[in-house]
Amino acid sequence: MLESKIPDGPLEDKWRYYKEHAKLVNPANRRKLEVIVVGTGLAGSSIAASLGEMGYRVKSFCFQDTPRRAHSVAAQGGVNACKNYKNDGDNIFRMFYDTIKGGDFRSREGNVYRLAECSASLIDQAVAQGVPFGREYGGYLNNRSFGGVQVSRTFYARGQTGQQLLLGAYQALMRQVHLGTVQLFARHEMLDLVTIDGKARGVIVRNLDTGNIERHGAHAVILATGGFGKIYYLSTLAMGCNGSAIWRAHKKGALIANPSWTQIHPTSLPQSGEYQSKLTLMSESLRNDGRIWVPKNQDEKRLPNQVPEEDRDYYLERRYPAFGNLSPRDIASRAAKERIDAGYGIGPLKNAVYLDFSRAIKEQGEPKIREKYGNLFRMYEKITGIDAYKEPMRISPAAHFSMGGLWVDYELMTTIPGLFALGEANFADHGANRLGANSLLQACVDGYFIAPYTLGNYLADEIKTPTIDTSQLAFDSAAARVEGQLRALMSIGGKLSADHFHKTLGKILYDKCGLSRSREGLEQAINEIKALRQQFYEQLYIPGGMAINSELEKAGRVADYLELGELMCYDALTREESCGAHFRVEYQTPEGEAKRNDRDFSFISAWEWAGSHNPPVLHKEPLKFEFVTPTVRSYK
Amino acid sequence: MHIRLKIWRQENSQDAGRMQDYELAAVDPDMSFLEMLDMLNEQLLGKGERTIEFDHDCREGICGQCGVMINGRAHGPLKNTTTCQLHMRSFAEGEVIYIEPFRATAFPVKCDLKIDRSALDRVIQAGGFISVNTGQAPEANSIPVGHGVAEAAFDAAACIGCGACVAVCKNSSAALFTSAKITHLVLLPQGEVEASERVRQMVDQMDAEGFGHCSNTEACEAECPQQISVLHIARMNWEYNKLQLLKT
Repeated sequence: MLESKIPDGPLEDKWRYYKEHAKLVNPANRRKLEVIVVGTGLAGSSIAASLGEMGYRVKSFCFQDTPRRAHSVAAQGGVNACKNYKNDGDNIFRMFYDTIKGGDFRSREGNVYRLAECSASLIDQAVAQGVPFGREYGGYLNNRSFGGVQVSRTFYARGQTGQQLLLGAYQALMRQVHLGTVQLFARHEMLDLVTIDGKARGVIVRNLDTGNIERHGAHAVILATGGFGKIYYLSTLAMGCNGSAIWRAHKKGALIANPSWTQIHPTSLPQSGEYQSKLTLMSESLRNDGRIWVPKNQDEKRLPNQVPEEDRDYYLERRYPAFGNLSPRDIASRAAKERIDAGYGIGPLKNAVYLDFSRAIKEQGEPKIREKYGNLFRMYEKITGIDAYKEPMRISPAAHFSMGGLWVDYELMTTIPGLFALGEANFADHGANRLGANSLLQACVDGYFIAPYTLGNYLADEIKTPTIDTSQLAFDSAAARVEGQLRALMSIGGKLSADHFHKTLGKILYDKCGLSRSREGLEQAINEIKALRQQFYEQLYIPGGMAINSELEKAGRVADYLELGELMCYDALTREESCGAHFRVEYQTPEGEAKRNDRDFSFISAWEWAGSHNPPVLHKEPLKFEFVTPTVRSYK
Repeated sequence: MHIRLKIWRQENSQDAGRMQDYELAAVDPDMSFLEMLDMLNEQLLGKGERTIEFDHDCREGICGQCGVMINGRAHGPLKNTTTCQLHMRSFAEGEVIYIEPFRATAFPVKCDLKIDRSALDRVIQAGGFISVNTGQAPEANSIPVGHGVAEAAFDAAACIGCGACVAVCKNSSAALFTSAKITHLVLLPQGEVEASERVRQMVDQMDAEGFGHCSNTEACEAECPQQISVLHIARMNWEYNKLQLLKT
């Protein structure tokens, strides 16, 4: 059932071979073909702009007031590309290997190699668009290193790389809107996928200004809706990030792969109170110059600057000497949790660790540090009131990136023909753990360089399909179902807010399906989520009407989260090993490191929806390693 | 803390709107301003009242979606700070806080504190880009850009499109927003080629949207969360005037 469609042949020839043999659509026919793109982050804007340039008729949707707000804007540290500008031995194979290993050997070789292969072109594309990357004094591009890697391959635009890459893609999109090839629908949220004869043929969206339910037909639908880490409520994600579009597609037949693999980012600001709505991320790039430590003494009362070297535990440097503070995110997060749980946490709630710049400031001078991370230090001071040039930052792990998402093949097509998923909305490339600075890369590469070819290959067979008529039965029934759901939510008439359920669900997931998991905890979580879902449909209250209503928007997203959360627990429960972001306490080495089981679990879990009262059905896509040998992931 | 709030409520774009009074007790000084509004909304919802609509998303000062007038200032009392990065410790115990939407003819109110800023997108659509298609870019290092130039371009490119510059301007001018994009692109060799066409189209679009003219009060720079400099407006005017001269 699950055919990954990875081309045969040597690793370095697969993508070239695919492109040479992919079917083409001639320019005259492209004008007849319509494509819907949901989401306007890096993946969505870049594919919508690229398809517009090629001459397709594109409709672009986002729930924000403008495409430039998409959460790609918040990524800070950088974007990876193997240019080998530093002459430090970087090349495509090394980048491929770092990514495969970083993902704990749970991703496809063909996909990951292609990611590394296309990375250099992305920098070229972004520079041509005017993205102001960091430069050396001679005018050439600068770069730095990131977690999980021993070369410098991360390009950056201060601490606002995501913002600048997104603005580049947004501007390319705006250019196409002006030229009339792309129609833009801001403040529209996709609420259902329409399939006809098994193929994706359109979407049902809600106009968030008027409340009207609209129908849009197309020859293919692309979901580039980002990740669902906000399911934990407290996360680094924007408040509007959600899993609804992919979840509705899942209920229409698209399989979801590896949903329980959520990256917990090691350098977020710690939670400081119950009222908090989000945890702010500090770029991982800070770990290049910052040293992470906790006091050796649990009852340390001295201010951090007064704690002498011998009383500090630089636990990452101690446990992982080869990578030290640049250990991959899952390792760094878990090591922080281990120290915090052991009672060495710092700060008022004892829930954080120090990220200390004093040595870097002494060695490089404050102006250099200010130039590299100035905006991050400023942001830190705004939120905490603490000047990190004078005393160490307090950081803590936080839910961040969903490695899981819609299952896609090598063409980025889901199990529904004509439905594609790009960027964080798909599961591909990152395995069980994503290396820093690879998310911007994947989103861009999917949108600029992969989907334009694979979509053409699909659409070449659609040139005889006339414009999709949205008065067909499939549109009627999808629209009716969406309207029914909205009315049902509005009429519950309980006493509790959507946020209340979201926070409760988030706490269950964080405790039982977060940094570490156990069989017992996951089984409890499944039961608790079922009970919470029942309570949701009895106790929810949404004030206001059917037009502009944020509470109604939130309620719909929480309804989907309540189903997705349960699936995450099933997924974590069946994977009886520890790998990447997934740490099952039953499967660890005596030293407390993750213990992978390649013999039994070298596969991708792809889940099928079986109805709201039935357990989901598991399909397995075996992972084949022809070019690398999975090894124990050691960063020591 | 205990605070008193006067908040703009407006059902829809046709409604006249009015200020309404609210009170909140037990506000934590470490709460962000938007978390305070969340708390108020939770209480309104508990009483069965319609919650206050406001725009926000990333809550880390980078998406530009939040933004309201707080006590008559865009994004509130702190310098160079978005509303989501403003914390309640910036207010006094018992203070009366006025919250209103950003106001400008080109930014019609949709509901309560939500406004329509799509005019800014249309200014970008008019030319705020470099005309390069996907997949045809030359090797990145074949276009050297001096460190200082790249940094200066970045200073302009850092605009988050929140619209505070328009809201604080007595003429509702979008000159800071538009000029920041013009400077970003014109400083770079990649963007210089189509500079004159870009400036003409973007300035014309700005006028067509109903934004007013710049009269150099510099309120925009004072309230900009990204510290975008008014010198970009001078550059925009210089580029525009150069174009007029060369045309005649």
